[in-house]
Amino acid sequence: MNCEKCGKKAVIVLQHGSLCKHHFIDHFESKVFKTINRFQLIGRNEKICVAASGGKDSLTVLYLTKKYLQENNIPLQNLFALVVDEGIQNYREHTIVDLERFCKDHAIILQKVKTEDEFGATLDKAYPLINKDEHKKPCNVCGVWRRYLLNKYARKYGAETLVTGHNLDDEAQAIMMNIFKANTKIAARLGPKSGIQEHDLFVQRVKPLYLCSDKEVRLYTLLKGFTIQFAECPYSSAGYRHQIQEMLNDFEEKYTGTKQGIVNSFLALLPALKETAPKAVETIKQCSLCQEPAEHDVCNACSMKEILKNAL
Amino acid sequence: MEITIFNERKKSTEKVHFSGTTIQELLHQLKINAETVLVTRNNEVLTEEEIVQEKDTLEILSVISGG
Ligand code: SF4
Ligand SMILES: [Zn+2]
Ligand SMILES: [Zn+2]
Repeated sequence: MNCEKCGKKAVIVLQHGSLCKHHFIDHFESKVFKTINRFQLIGRNEKICVAASGGKDSLTVLYLTKKYLQENNIPLQNLFALVVDEGIQNYREHTIVDLERFCKDHAIILQKVKTEDEFGATLDKAYPLINKDEHKKPCNVCGVWRRYLLNKYARKYGAETLVTGHNLDDEAQAIMMNIFKANTKIAARLGPKSGIQEHDLFVQRVKPLYLCSDKEVRLYTLLKGFTIQFAECPYSSAGYRHQIQEMLNDFEEKYTGTKQGIVNSFLALLPALKETAPKAVETIKQCSLCQEPAEHDVCNACSMKEILKNAL
Repeated sequence: MEITIFNERKKSTEKVHFSGTTIQELLHQLKINAETVLVTRNNEVLTEEEIVQEKDTLEILSVISGG
């Protein structure tokens, strides 16, 4: 297989043709920059926080956000990275090492927050105790706490925009999960500009890798020579998401373009979903314990913290 | 033919008997979904149409996000 643009040896076969190393890197970067422009993900005068973990998606989005700022003459002081250390043994400590090295090499400020400092225990220790009462899987606790800490600390450090490494695979999975579970209210919060918008306590979340698949992102990191040790969260196979992921990859192998199709359909429906979803300003209160945004009197993160406190 | 495969996800190296021709057929034999991996030889990324050679040492890298 040869590159459709220059005839050199191809590294990937995409729906529209094969590309060599050089032309794939070009194609990938311009896809990400076009996504940023098309959905207006990054503004000129905003302070930007990149949610980072050290995995392939976060290193790629961190690198390309910096490159985007440079190419558009936006000051780099506007940029910093934020990592949440959930306290997952044999996993997060490895990816954080990669992240620290990467930030040092690329002169990006890195802020760190620990689940243990904020909630009183690592995820490893906390989830079995929280589970007893609430039947929550580790991923539920992890997700609630991570979202909470990213929003809280991105805001604390002055960010108006929170860039995440969510890619096409993540989004297609999230869309299908919400459809299977009839969560239309949550589905309205997906999209390239996601989360709850137009609320002072929420930092706007944006996804520059929205149209890039897992395979494209990993190929990009490989060709760029980013160091990533393969690390897999020990809990990752426990979740519902994992089964959706397998199903979508089976479909993608048989019918190329399936994930892209799901995301494109969703983008077409999103304006209608957003219109019917209740407005955040009307439904969001402040948590009576921590003052962070909440849908009830006490936010989800604090209710888990309370269960944990009583169990410890 | 016999080839050597390093599997990043399993962190294992094994010898495999392969009677097919292409990477695509090899992944099929190993029951690995091509969507979930990249295959390299001497740090060079191979497409699925690439021909597997006798005594090749191939690396299978996982593209899936780990959590
Ligand atoms: S797989 Fe679950 S527990 Fe592990 S990092 Fe992801 S959300 Fe957290
Ligand atoms: Zn080319
Ligand atoms: Zn709270």
